[in-house]
Amino acid sequence: MTDIWHQVFGFENYGELLVLVKNSIFAGAILGVVGGLIGPFVMTRDLAFAVHGISELSFAGASAALLLGVNVVVGSIGGSLLAALLIGMLGSRARDRNSIIAVLMPFGLGLGILFLALYKGRSANKFGLLTGQIVSVDNPQLLSLIIISVIVIAGLFVIWRPLSFASVDADVARAKGLPVDTLSIVFMVLLGLATAVSIQVVGALLVLSLLVTPAAAAMRVTASPFLTPLLSVAFAVTSVVGGILLALGGGLPISPYVTTISFVIYVVCRIIGARRNRRGASRVPGTAVVAR
Amino acid sequence: MSADAMTTSTQPVLSLRGASLSFGGRQLWQNLNLDVQPGEFLAVLGPNGTGKTSLLKTILGQQQLTSGSIEFLGRPVGRGSRRIGYIPQQKMLEQGTPLRARDLVAFGLNGHRWGLPFTSKAERARVDEVLESVGATQYAQMPVSQLSGGEQQRVRVGQSIAGHPELLLCDEPLLSLDLHHQRQVSELVDAQRKALGTAVVFVTHDVNPILGMVDRVLYLAGGRFQVGTPDEVLRSEVLSYMYDTPVEVIRSRGRIVVLGAPEGYGAHDHLEHAAGVRE
Repeated sequence: MTDIWHQVFGFENYGELLVLVKNSIFAGAILGVVGGLIGPFVMTRDLAFAVHGISELSFAGASAALLLGVNVVVGSIGGSLLAALLIGMLGSRARDRNSIIAVLMPFGLGLGILFLALYKGRSANKFGLLTGQIVSVDNPQLLSLIIISVIVIAGLFVIWRPLSFASVDADVARAKGLPVDTLSIVFMVLLGLATAVSIQVVGALLVLSLLVTPAAAAMRVTASPFLTPLLSVAFAVTSVVGGILLALGGGLPISPYVTTISFVIYVVCRIIGARRNRRGASRVPGTAVVAR
Repeated sequence: MSADAMTTSTQPVLSLRGASLSFGGRQLWQNLNLDVQPGEFLAVLGPNGTGKTSLLKTILGQQQLTSGSIEFLGRPVGRGSRRIGYIPQQKMLEQGTPLRARDLVAFGLNGHRWGLPFTSKAERARVDEVLESVGATQYAQMPVSQLSGGEQQRVRVGQSIAGHPELLLCDEPLLSLDLHHQRQVSELVDAQRKALGTAVVFVTHDVNPILGMVDRVLYLAGGRFQVGTPDEVLRSEVLSYMYDTPVEVIRSRGRIVVLGAPEGYGAHDHLEHAAGVRE
């Protein structure tokens, strides 16, 4: 029992380890920012399932890259973008979209398993694609992850307002002359990139914990368009960085730590939101009206 | 306000010339000539499936005319415009939408602008002013998804007028609202066009809530159309001709009831109204 405990939470030589993973923590924090910023859009555009579908094709791309001996991040991005564009172009209506994702997802996972079965290299690499491996990512790859993250963040900042408008209120946004369909495709590209980088941290099976859970938690406690992304980013960064720090000593993959932190935050936010709603049965929005 | 009095001096906001629209061989309307003047309130009436919503889509450039031309402020219509305010059919916003009532109104003002959603002081002042004018100040900070249908539609009216549009398109904005809210929402639209000379194209299957405000009616039915004042169009002989069957228009206590419109073409709308009045 204590053995398992020490494996899950080990802190021997912690200071030395910390120095070794300094870059991973930095990269993890940036990925947290990406996940936290894009998450609210994933939620309002009802794309949680799409994220999962994209991640499976991204996994296929990454394992193909592993097999061919080329850069895994490149393979991962290739698979992501292909899936994101297919889903974006073929699935403008929710029902079409879900069936396309349901068709793509097992196909991607199957391809990925095939490539991994053919791959003769280190098995840790294989497992890492599914469950996360940021600590084992080397520095040049880390740099590429950071560059892609910055591109995603910059892209989101540029289209932020029209994208929010089109996400919650597409008909009116279109009437106002916004290029709603183009925005949708651009967003899918950004989402594809964000998924590809998240896979490097938490793995293909667990990306939702980074791209959806923090935003879902934030939206439980606020409806402010400013506070939602801020909280979502705070939650995502806490999950990733916290996960890396906790996983450090034990030698286990970081993903269970990340997903658990992110899950606990969600549960807490749900409880807070539920209590507030019960109190708000009189529908007085607390702060705002009192201030007037 | 008489439309004719204004035709001479001002440029029409909206102008259709020989406009026809058909779907898969079915003619919805053809050779429609129509000018909508600033400040004019035009109601578009008729049963379902006669191209009322399609008319709005044509004005918004989302639907191409089969033939003829359509101009907004003297130019062929584009794909939507910032100078058009649009109130969609009521569709409740989803639970958890990260948006407060005031944010929805702000979108009507600056939702087209790129970048992060910061608003200037002047914009915030305008949003406050609009919220005040539609009586929504009280729930300005509430999440939109927690508002009732009537409250959401008020905020929608606010959103549509926030940017001082020259044309207000309303697509069944009163649907699923109770009588009290129907009157409030239509009065808000009416006040806006009176105060700022905004032209209004108001699609509805029930003219009664807006009867006292309407300058002209465009009635679509059976592949035909009629344009004129409510008194000119909403008469038994006119509608009988359009439906090609005897139809009776009854006026009772300031309400209009259409009886005997044939089945199909969504004519049941009118029968439902008739039933509603009898109750």
